[in-house]
Amino acid sequence: MTAIKARGLRKTYGTQIAVDGIDLDIATGEVFALLGPNGAGKTTTVEILEGHRRRTGGDVSVLGEDPGSASRAWRTRIGIVLQTASDAGDLTVAEVVRHVGGFYPRSRPVTDAIELVGLEDKAGARVRTLSGGQRRRLDVALGIVGRPELVFLDEPTTGFDPEARRQFWALIRALAAEGTTILLTTHYLDEAEALADRLAVIAGGVIVAEGTPATLGGRSAAGAVVRWGGDQEIRTDDPAALIAGLVGRGADLSGLTVSRPSLEDTYLSLIGEAR
Amino acid sequence: MTSTLTIGRRRGGIEILQFVRDRTAMIFTFLFPALLLLLFGSIFGDDYDHPGLSAARVFSASMIAYGIVSTAFITMGVGIATDREDGTLKRLRGTPATAGAYFLGKLILVAALTAAEVLVLLGVGVLLFDMPLPSDAGRWFTFGWLFLLSVVACGLLGIAASALVRSARTAGAVLNVPVVALQFLSGVFIHPITQLPDWMITVASIFPVKWMAQGFRYVFLPDSAADLEAAGAWELGRIALVLGGWCVIGLVLCLLTFRWTNRRDG
Repeated sequence: MTAIKARGLRKTYGTQIAVDGIDLDIATGEVFALLGPNGAGKTTTVEILEGHRRRTGGDVSVLGEDPGSASRAWRTRIGIVLQTASDAGDLTVAEVVRHVGGFYPRSRPVTDAIELVGLEDKAGARVRTLSGGQRRRLDVALGIVGRPELVFLDEPTTGFDPEARRQFWALIRALAAEGTTILLTTHYLDEAEALADRLAVIAGGVIVAEGTPATLGGRSAAGAVVRWGGDQEIRTDDPAALIAGLVGRGADLSGLTVSRPSLEDTYLSLIGEAR
Repeated sequence: MTSTLTIGRRRGGIEILQFVRDRTAMIFTFLFPALLLLLFGSIFGDDYDHPGLSAARVFSASMIAYGIVSTAFITMGVGIATDREDGTLKRLRGTPATAGAYFLGKLILVAALTAAEVLVLLGVGVLLFDMPLPSDAGRWFTFGWLFLLSVVACGLLGIAASALVRSARTAGAVLNVPVVALQFLSGVFIHPITQLPDWMITVASIFPVKWMAQGFRYVFLPDSAADLEAAGAWELGRIALVLGGWCVIGLVLCLLTFRWTNRRDG
C-alpha cells in the first residue's frame, strides 16, 4: 500500500524554481525522512503534500486523493504538526487538545493524547506558559489527537535540548509502532538515522539520493577506514582481511576501529555535489 | 463527521473564552467605549436647551454605534490578523474544520461581545445619565434590526480590513485610526452633527457609523430630537438601506480578499 506517491512534482514562483521534478513513494506504515539544507524545497514539498500549497506541475496522490482538491474526510485521516505556531496562548493544554480533538470523528481521549507527548503535568497550564519544547510537544499532540493514518512533521525538534529530542524520538517510534505513516523533514542527520526506515536527500529542488539510513548514497558499499595502534589508518574495501593480516603480524591492535563514512559525511558530499 | 455547525459553535465558545482571558482585549476593546461614555457624559453633562434632552443622554445613545464598531469591526479585524500570524488559521486549515466553521465561531464571538458591550453602555446611560429606555415595541423592533445590520456590516468589513493589516502587532493601531476619525465625522463625539462642515457630513454619510449613531438616537431620544439631525428627520429607511448596502459590500470584499496565510500563495 502506498501512502504518498508523487511523480514529477514541481513548484515555481515566477521564474524561481523551488521544487524541480520530485518523485516520491512512501509506503503505508513507513517512517520517511526528507533531509536537505535550508531552501532546498523540503517545506514546499511537504506543504504541497499537506494540501497547503498548490503545485505547479506533476501528479500527487496522498492516501489516494489529490491533496490540492482533497475532501474533509481526507483531512480527518491526516495530521499536521505545525512548525512555528504560537496560537491559543490563553487556553490550557487540555482545552486546546479537547477543542481540536472535537473536529475528528474518532479522536483519542484528551488525557491519552496529552500523556503520549508527556505533558500530563501541564494539562491545566496556560499554553502561553509552556517552554519551547513543551509547546512543540503540544503541537504534536494536536497533530495526532484525531488518530491520523499519516502524520506530517516539518522540522519537529528544531530548538529542542538533547533530552527533549530523545523523548520526542520515543514518541515518534510509538506512533510508528501503531502503524502510523510518518513523513518528517529534519536538519539533523542523527534524527533521520534514528527514526527513518527510508530517507531522501533533497537539494536545489531535486532528490539527489534516496535509500535506507544504512545504504544512502552508496554508503554501505563505500570503503571502510581501519584505524589501530594510535596513528595507523588504512582505507579498504575488505576490512576483515586486513585485520586478519594485522593479527597475523602481531600488530598493536589497541584502539582498533573500523568505520564506514558517517551519514553526515555522505550527506555533506551529496549536497556538496548538488551545488 | 462532526458538522460545520457543531464545530462553528465550539469555535465560538473557545473564541469567547480566549477573549475574556485576554486582559488587553477586555480593557482596550471592550471597556474603552464605556470609559469614553463616562468621560463625555460627565464633562458635557447637560448643555441642551431641548426639552428632555441632555448631552449625556445623546452620548449614551450615539456611543452604542462606537461600541459596536469597536467590538465588531476592531475585534474581527485584529482577531483575524492575529489568527493568520500565530498559526490558528494554518492549524484549522489542516484539520476537518472548514472556513465556514471558523467564521461562524468569529461571528458568535462578535455577536456575544457586541451584545455585552451594548448592555454595558445602556447600563451606564440608564444608571448614571438617566437615559429612559423606550417603552413602545416599535422602537425596540428598530433597535433589533439596527443592531443586527450594524453587527453584520461591521463584522464583515472587519474581516475585509484584516487583509490590509500587515502584522497583528500593528493591527489595533492601524484599524483604530479610521475608526476614531469616523466617530468625529459621524456625529458620535460631536452632536448635533450639523456643527460640522458640509463636506464632513457628506464624507461621513458614505460610511455606516453616521447611520448607526442616528438610528440609535432615534431609539433612545425623544421624537423632537430629530430636528438636530443632518436631514432634520430620522430617515429610518435610508439607514436600513445604507447599512444593508455595506453588508453586501463587506461580503464581496471578504470573498475577494480573505487569505488563510500572510505569505505568498497560501
